[in-house]
This record gives sequence, structure tokens and C-alpha cells, in this order.
Amino acid sequence: MSARGPNGSAHRPGAPDTTGWERPMSRAMRADGAPATLEDYVAAGGYEGLRRALGELKPEDVTKAVKDSGLRGRGGAGYSTGGKWSTMPLGPDAPHPKYVVCNGDEMEPGSFKDRYLLSRNPHLLIEGMLVAAYAVQADAGYIFLRAQYDEPYANVERALAEAAAAGYLGEHILGTDWSFELFLHESVGRYICGEASAMLNALESQRPNPRARPPHMTGAGLYARPTVVNNVETFCAVPSIVRNGADWWKGLSITAEGGTKIYGVAGRVQRPGCVELPMGTSMRELIEVHAGGMQPGFELRAVSPGGASTAFVPAGQIDVPMDFTAMATVQSRMGTGTMVLLDDHTCPIGMTLNMLQFFAQESCGWCTPCREGLQWTAHLLHGIEEGRGTLEDLDLLAEHVWFMGADKTFCDLAPGAMQPLEAALRLFRDDFVAHIDSGRCPYAPEETAAAEAAPAPAGETP
Amino acid sequence: MSLTDEERRELEELLPHYPDRRAAADSALRALQRRRRWLSDESLADLGEFLGMSVAELDSLATFANMLFRQPVGRHVVLLCDSFACWSLGYDGLRAEVEARLGVATGGTTPDGRFTLLPIVCLGACDRGPAMMVDADLHGPVAPGGVGAILEDYA
Ligand SMILES: Cc1cc2nc3c(=O)[nH]c(=O)nc-3n(C[C@H](O)[C@H](O)[C@H](O)COP(=O)(O)O)c2cc1C
Ligand code: SF4
Ligand code: FES
Repeated sequence: MSARGPNGSAHRPGAPDTTGWERPMSRAMRADGAPATLEDYVAAGGYEGLRRALGELKPEDVTKAVKDSGLRGRGGAGYSTGGKWSTMPLGPDAPHPKYVVCNGDEMEPGSFKDRYLLSRNPHLLIEGMLVAAYAVQADAGYIFLRAQYDEPYANVERALAEAAAAGYLGEHILGTDWSFELFLHESVGRYICGEASAMLNALESQRPNPRARPPHMTGAGLYARPTVVNNVETFCAVPSIVRNGADWWKGLSITAEGGTKIYGVAGRVQRPGCVELPMGTSMRELIEVHAGGMQPGFELRAVSPGGASTAFVPAGQIDVPMDFTAMATVQSRMGTGTMVLLDDHTCPIGMTLNMLQFFAQESCGWCTPCREGLQWTAHLLHGIEEGRGTLEDLDLLAEHVWFMGADKTFCDLAPGAMQPLEAALRLFRDDFVAHIDSGRCPYAPEETAAAEAAPAPAGETP
Repeated sequence: MSLTDEERRELEELLPHYPDRRAAADSALRALQRRRRWLSDESLADLGEFLGMSVAELDSLATFANMLFRQPVGRHVVLLCDSFACWSLGYDGLRAEVEARLGVATGGTTPDGRFTLLPIVCLGACDRGPAMMVDADLHGPVAPGGVGAILEDYA
């Protein structure tokens, strides 16, 4: 393991003691895997960030600390968190109510870090939202959780009750004159609800199509009120930044981006799972050290680094550090930072087809290129996978990659869908050609080639 | 049919979470479905009356959502993840095993009304693939031959 923080600085009088805080987001997690209780959490320094914010800092100072820390949103796009907060109207003339909303939709295939945080450390999210709400002087907040997160839901529900009973939530928090209410909301489903503006529509029980921007949500968001939306992990990073300071956070990482990250590895490895590590840990270290390497008999071909909307990275490039900046040098993105491995027994075309079928199914149907184009790309890929493809199909697919590229559709769902497809056309050209030339999927056993091809997705509702 | 007192009480408890009745619609649909298992036309009419919304409005919400059922489902709902991590970790075999066990294809309900089998997108449990849920319980990784022991627990 490479050198890591915290800065090595000796404890200065008056400064918070940060000994042993290298993994601030998993510090309070229990070894037995059960969710940390309020007692566990407080024993590990929990709610000290909130105490510090309310006791010592003005709201704008909290935002400044988060901005100075360089924290970038963990929902995938990597927007500056402090930058976002600082666009919220503040002061006596600001409109009320203002809202803070947590995006816990986590439905993009290959994303599994928010579940980990919610299952193991629910108070951390609550504290992070409280600190954020204090910084922007919000009146109420919602935690938007996807359907099927029954266990995380129950954990957060229990933690909310504990926090309220201990005076961290509700009226006059910790004896101050600031009050804040936090509600848990369970989604009724669909991936598009994770797009922040569609999520606000869903929270209002409107049809969850994305909204036009501008206006920005910090100007007119939930119920047209100023609203901050952040990802689960983004909120979870906040308490320790406020407790220990921006410089401390910056010192935790390997690369310049600062802090730690919840990474994950899934696929044919020995020990799949999530782990908090310094930002900038390499994919190789994640796979070979933390996930225990590949299972015997399987070799790594490529990595889907952070969800189905991130471009495949070939096995030869896994030494790249996983952060927002470095991943661009291998023509991909960090995304959620939870990776799924493509091994040498798995058909790359089949995997890409599966991803495109997902996006086609989950298109909200609002704009034409996405509604029609994704169906068509999935159809073309299906034909190729089943051995009915032609070389012209590859040109058609490449055309669609351009056609649904950035800023050509109403939201980022379609451009996201094009990222694995673009990478597949670039990296797996030989596999495409082999399917076309031989008229079958080379990864399927000879006699059952047709039967084994991925089935078209059935409807999600009976 | 109309809302029972108990149903009405549960729905009333949801209302303070939202600024108006209309905004509570998604949560109300979910809550009523929990009690009635699926959302019939009558259920939408009952809710419409309670929330001050038309049945058409509620139906437009229900038909967009993948976890609101407008057709009857069995006592237990089995959700099988068909996204790419699970797909690469044995989804095809798991699906075949579950379908054989239940004797229905994906999308179907067993004749005794015990199980409905539905596809679902990534469950956020890719590190436990191939994954499935039965009601509120996540199962994974499900080993080949392991389906029977899981389903036994759901009468
Ligand atoms: C189709 C689509 C789905 C998304 N799903 C999620 C999601 O499940 N969770 C999430 O935090 N962000 C998701 N996002 C990103 C959000 O729109 C938004 O950028 C994010 O919640 C902001 O939080 P952050 O700044 O803390 O990253 C999605 C975006 C798109 C276009
Ligand atoms: S790009 Fe797709 S998901 Fe986004 S608004 Fe258009 S149709 Fe809807
Ligand atoms: S792909 Fe099945 S749980 Fe993520």
C-alpha cells in the first residue's frame, strides 16, 4: 500500500486530534457488519462535526471549509460540493423553506457504494446532511432511497429515531435556535429518478422526467424552493472535513484531489466488496490487493470503473489512479468508483448489450434521440451477439455514439449509455468482427450458441 | 371498496412529510400496495378520493414506476437482478433454476398464488452477484442449486 495521510502532523493544542482518522467514513463501522448504533457512532467521534459547526462556525464558514477541502460530488459527475452550496441564497432576505436532499437512488448497474454506507453507518449520512443543512440554512430535508433498499431503509429509519431522541434533529438542535426536519422517502422505482431534477419531480409525486435547466436547483428546486442535492457518499464525507479541517482532508489522498473514497470491486475476484481508501488508489491495487486478485482460471480483460455509464478501461491500463482527473487520461470516468470486471470467459459484446438494454429500458421517453436511439442500438447489438450482424452495423453504432453524445439530449442518461458502447467499439473490435464473421457468439458453447444469447429484457411490471 | 380505518390512519401519518396531499401520492400508492399487495382500479379510486386526485393522474404515476403493480401479484415477489455484473456472474443459470423451481417464466405468478417472479435492474449488490430479492430480503451470491433452500422460507 502506498503512503497515505493523515498529514503526519503532530497534535497541536486546540486542533482536533485526528489520530486514527485515516478512514473517516468507515471509522464507526462495526466489525460484525451490523449497522453502527448511535452509541458506536458517537464513540468514534460522531456528531463532533455537527457540534463544531453549530458551536464555532458561521454557516458560510462551513461552506468555505467544504469548498477549501476540494470535495467533489460522489454521485458521478464530480461537481464541487462547496461550490454548489455557495450558490444557495443565504441571509435574512433568502426565501424559505430551503431544502437539502440526499440522492440515494443508486440504480445504475455497477454502483454499490451507497448501500454499503447506508447499511453500515447510517448516522454518518444524517450528520452530513445536518451539517449541509446548517451551512445553507435549510429548513427540511429528504433522504430519497431507491425501492428495494429495504434493509438500508430500516437502518436509516432507526438512526433517525435515535438522532431525534438525542436532540440532533428537530427543534432547537443542540440547544441552538436552528431547527431542521429530515424525512425518509422511498422511491417507487425507475433509474431516471436518480437524475437530480427528475428526483425532485419524483419527490413531489410528479411524473419523474428531468427538468429543464436553468433554473438551477439551488435557485428553484424542490417545490421551486432553493435546494441542494448531493449523493449519499458526498454527505458522508462532510462531517470529518468540518471536524478536522480542509487541510487535513486534502492530506488523506494519494493524488491532488484530496480525501478518501469508497471504492468497490465486483466480478471474478477472490474478495468482492467495498473499501474506503485514499483518493487516487490505483485500479490494480484495488483488484490485486484489496479484492484478493482474480479467481483461479479467470483473467482480467477490462474494467467498468464506476457504473454502466463509464467507459471500459482495458486490463493494460489499470495502473491509473482512480480519481476524477486521472481517469480521463484513459478515456473514461471514475463515476461511482465501484468497478465491475470483465473477465476472459465473458463476452464483451454480451456485456455491452446488457448495459444498452438497461439504458433502453430505463429511458424516460421524454426526448426522441434517447427514446428511439437507445432501442435501436440495443437492437443492433442484439443482432451482432446472435450472429446476425454486419460490418455496416458497426458504423451505424458509431454514428449513434455521436448522435447521442454530450449535450444532444435532454439529460445525461443517453450520453452516459454511449460511453460503454464507444469504448466497446474501440477496445473490442476483434470480438465484434469475430461475431460477424463466424455468425455466432464465440463465447457461447457451440451447440447452444443461439439459446445462450442474452434474452431481450422483459417488462419490469407484471 | 373504500379505505379501511387502519389504511386511512397510515396514510394520514404520511401527510405531514409533504407540503400538500398531492405530493404524498407516490408514498401513498406504495403504502396502500403494501397492504393490498397490488393496486386495482378500486384502490386508485380510493386513493384519488383521499388525496383529491383523479384516477388517471394516479395511474400515470403507477404505470411509470416499476415497483407499483397494476396487476395481481403473488404473496411473495421474487426480483431477479438481470444487470451486467450479475449477468457475468451466473444470471442465466440462476434464472433457469428459479423458473424451473417455480414452474413459471419470468413475469409469471405460480398457480397457487405464492410467488411472482420479476426481473429487476441492478440491486446495488454487484459484489454479491448473482443477486436476487424475495420480498424485502436480499440474497446473494446465490450458488447454483441454492434456490430451493431460499424459497422454502416463504410460505
Ligand atoms: C440518468 C442519471 C441517473 C443518476 N443517478 C444518480 C444516483 O442514483 N445517485 C446519485 O447520487 N446521482 C445520480 N445521478 C447524478 C445526479 O443527477 C446528480 O448529479 C448528483 O446526485 C449530485 O450529487 P453530487 O454532487 O453529490 O455528486 C444521475 C444522473 C443521471 C443523468
Ligand atoms: S435523455 Fe433519455 S432519460 Fe434523459 S430526458 Fe431524454 S429520454 Fe429522458
Ligand atoms: S448487477 Fe446485479 S446487483 Fe448490480
